[in-house]
Amino acid sequence: MSDADGRRSKAAHIRRLLETEGDAVEENTIGFNRGRYESVADLEDYEELKSEARAIKENAIERLPELIDELTATVEDNGGTVYLADDAADANRYIREVASEKDADRLVKSKSMTTEELEVNEALEADGVDVVETDLGEWVLQVADEAPSHIVAPAIHRSEADIARLFNERFNPEEPLETAEELTAFARERLGRLIREADVGMTGANFITADSGTIALVTSEGNARKSAVVPDTHVAVAGVEKIVPSVEDLSPFIELIGRSGTGQDITSYISLLTPPVESPVVDVDEPDVAFADRDDDREFHLVLIDNGRMAMREDDQLRETLYCIRCSACANSCANFQSVGGHAFGGETYSGGIATGWEAGVHGYDSAAEFNDFCTGCSRCVNQCPVKIDIPWINTVVRDRLNRGGEAGQFEFLVEGLTPDEEPGGIDLQKRLFGNYEALAKLGSATAPVSNWLAAAGPARTVLERVAGVDSRRELPEFKRETLRDWFESRGSRVDAADAKREVVLYPDTYTNHVDVDRGKAAVRVLEALDVRVRIPAVPESGRAPLSQGMIDTADERASRVYAALAEHIDAGRDVVVVEPSDLAMFRREYEKLLPEASFERLREGSYEVLEYVYGLLENGADADALGGADAEIAYHSHCQQRTLGLEPYTTTVLEEVGYDVLESDVECCGMAGSFGYKSEYYELSVDVGDRLREQFTEPEARDRIVAASGTSCEDQLGSLLERDAVHPVELLDPRRRSGR
Amino acid sequence: MTVDVQTTRERFEESLADLEVPVTRTEPTDLESTLEEIVREPVIGTPLEFDAVSLPNWIDDAPTPATLEAATTSVTSASLGIADYGSVVLPARPDGSEQVSLFPELHVPILRESDLVPDMPTAIDRLGPVLRDGGSAILATGPSATADMGALVRGAHGPKAVHVVLLEDGETDE
Ligand code: SF4
Repeated sequence: MSDADGRRSKAAHIRRLLETEGDAVEENTIGFNRGRYESVADLEDYEELKSEARAIKENAIERLPELIDELTATVEDNGGTVYLADDAADANRYIREVASEKDADRLVKSKSMTTEELEVNEALEADGVDVVETDLGEWVLQVADEAPSHIVAPAIHRSEADIARLFNERFNPEEPLETAEELTAFARERLGRLIREADVGMTGANFITADSGTIALVTSEGNARKSAVVPDTHVAVAGVEKIVPSVEDLSPFIELIGRSGTGQDITSYISLLTPPVESPVVDVDEPDVAFADRDDDREFHLVLIDNGRMAMREDDQLRETLYCIRCSACANSCANFQSVGGHAFGGETYSGGIATGWEAGVHGYDSAAEFNDFCTGCSRCVNQCPVKIDIPWINTVVRDRLNRGGEAGQFEFLVEGLTPDEEPGGIDLQKRLFGNYEALAKLGSATAPVSNWLAAAGPARTVLERVAGVDSRRELPEFKRETLRDWFESRGSRVDAADAKREVVLYPDTYTNHVDVDRGKAAVRVLEALDVRVRIPAVPESGRAPLSQGMIDTADERASRVYAALAEHIDAGRDVVVVEPSDLAMFRREYEKLLPEASFERLREGSYEVLEYVYGLLENGADADALGGADAEIAYHSHCQQRTLGLEPYTTTVLEEVGYDVLESDVECCGMAGSFGYKSEYYELSVDVGDRLREQFTEPEARDRIVAASGTSCEDQLGSLLERDAVHPVELLDPRRRSGR
Repeated sequence: MTVDVQTTRERFEESLADLEVPVTRTEPTDLESTLEEIVREPVIGTPLEFDAVSLPNWIDDAPTPATLEAATTSVTSASLGIADYGSVVLPARPDGSEQVSLFPELHVPILRESDLVPDMPTAIDRLGPVLRDGGSAILATGPSATADMGALVRGAHGPKAVHVVLLEDGETDE
């Protein structure tokens, strides 16, 4: 399949999912998300709990071999058995043996992603064992013969009406089922019977404590409890990473997991079962024997799965994946996931933000490759993860490794100069194009307006779409002949060194320098109005563009050059002011991975988002009257990375201080997300995500407002969604906008 | 300290109110009449783990699989209550309290005011030794629920309703 065909079929797949599953997924994930925001807001020490949870996981994974031994001894002392399985086949073989020794006709299962990973159902069914999923959502999927689309709510993509149709067709009940209540009652009745007559119960484990051998199960329905204690044999299946040292370590996770996932403060049941449990068996063959009079001989098997995990533990980049408690917050807070769900945004088993790490680790890179691109690196999930995993970084690393595993490009002749030396030739043309935006922008400005005419011309767009997958429905950025640096050089600084309160370096990011020169000029005038002396030296692109395409070496090299260009300024006491939030996020987040620690710290501490900086100046006595402002209404969309850094309040506060009435968007992302929205295979998804923002900004209270956005790509996206131009907030402060306020 | 017990209890009651779970406070001597008002027949239970009170004799406290199936209400004792969450800790015992608390439509956990703890870390600290000793317990918060059928429904596999009975026990016995 050619690249263009591949893109077309991917786009068709996404379109189909948007149409069929998109609405249900959107409603549910946004509901979970809202619940999460409310629930964690009630938690006084949320940040501390997250740090505690992370520290426990770091320690547990570090000590994993030792904990496996301790747990094994504990469980065996309690009278259970432990089997450490290398891979899926090994685990399945053991589980089948247990079932056959018990002569099991039926095994009831409580939901477990780890058993999905093993495909244990298929293995047991091949032996003639009737395997029944007892979690209602999972059972729906079993009836429909479908794969989960979410790690917590597996049937999230199905609506009530959908499930009713399925049950009525499949079970033909006397009275057709309609409501969620009726469906639940029907399932409860039917599954209750199946559980009572089961020979073996199988559960997963959210956590296992090495000191007591306790299996902690986080559920709401009660089916895990029934599956574990009704039959006399319990098989618990868990990845080795689920072990924590002690019972006391459970506390922060219990407080975080429900809130993070579905937004409940706590789920109905946290089962802490130390098997073999003392509870009596519910034996249908002895219906009249009192429980208290029974003397059951319970059997318990703990099957611990490696399946790639010990290798992940050795991998400096993938290790963090093992800290994951599978809460789904990363999926629920992901704008792309909200639109398209786990059937697009997932591999063989796992879906959502962290799925790339899991799939790469347990199923290999091919499984991760299929959906790795869906992570736009917006970083919205970063603050939502209860164990503080840098999920976008894992996605970037996997993308980089995928690039390296690829075959040599077939358009080599077209793209000379588009692949830096550090990168392998296997990167596809689309990635090279977006990853080297700086080179294009330089060329674009140098040859503008010819470059812009060319780019806009029909035949060129067709070629661009066919060869590099740049969607022709997108307006391309128009390069300015005079860059911001050119302009500033000929204009010079308007604040004398002697009068200056502060001196700053305005970072000329590629877009501000070559395309949206106006917002750069506005930034200069705003800073100068507050008595700041500005310099705009030549500084290379931050590395954001190549990083987003998984070109880590190139980004690394850019980071060094940026640091080299800025270090002397920082040493001279000049602050670095950044207009584009995604570049500031590089300096404050990603550079930690790319620069020596001391360099990273210095740059991080010396750099500011432009409105954050203006806020600081005003706080320190600068005169807001020198700025532009008006008694006008603004609809403001912050930027994903800016929000992750907690910076958006500076913008809203400053805008309000100069007289604007600000309404802020509350959607996760605009959908454009840098180069993502330009790619033809993702165009429709990008627009669908953007639609949530469009809806908010076309509601009566917003629709007549001036639209402002802090990010380049958000501005572009809003411009096309709303058919009116968006401006950067700094332009609203431009002294030239001064009104009679 | 009476003051602390007060606040913890109030917090517990408040959390249960948020969950729409009714709670009735009662003197040990009034337990029987309190239960008469709450339960719906047929009712089963397991012996309470408290010295001061026991189940009234009209509650079948030796359930079997057959009576478990038939019961509408179950009454069991809880070992702890967690004020921050409105959770009750249900120990699993050889007498079947785990199943009994799960199968019937209405579950009535009984716990002593003196067994209320303010927060999760305290509850887990108390449970540590119990679990290390081979014990099992459920932290139960409100009724069983599911959202898997397209809307939130109570009573998925477990009780549709929970009614907490809080035994006043004057001074704490600790
Ligand atoms: S990566 Fe973090 S947010 Fe995502 S499922 Fe795992 S623990 Fe939850």
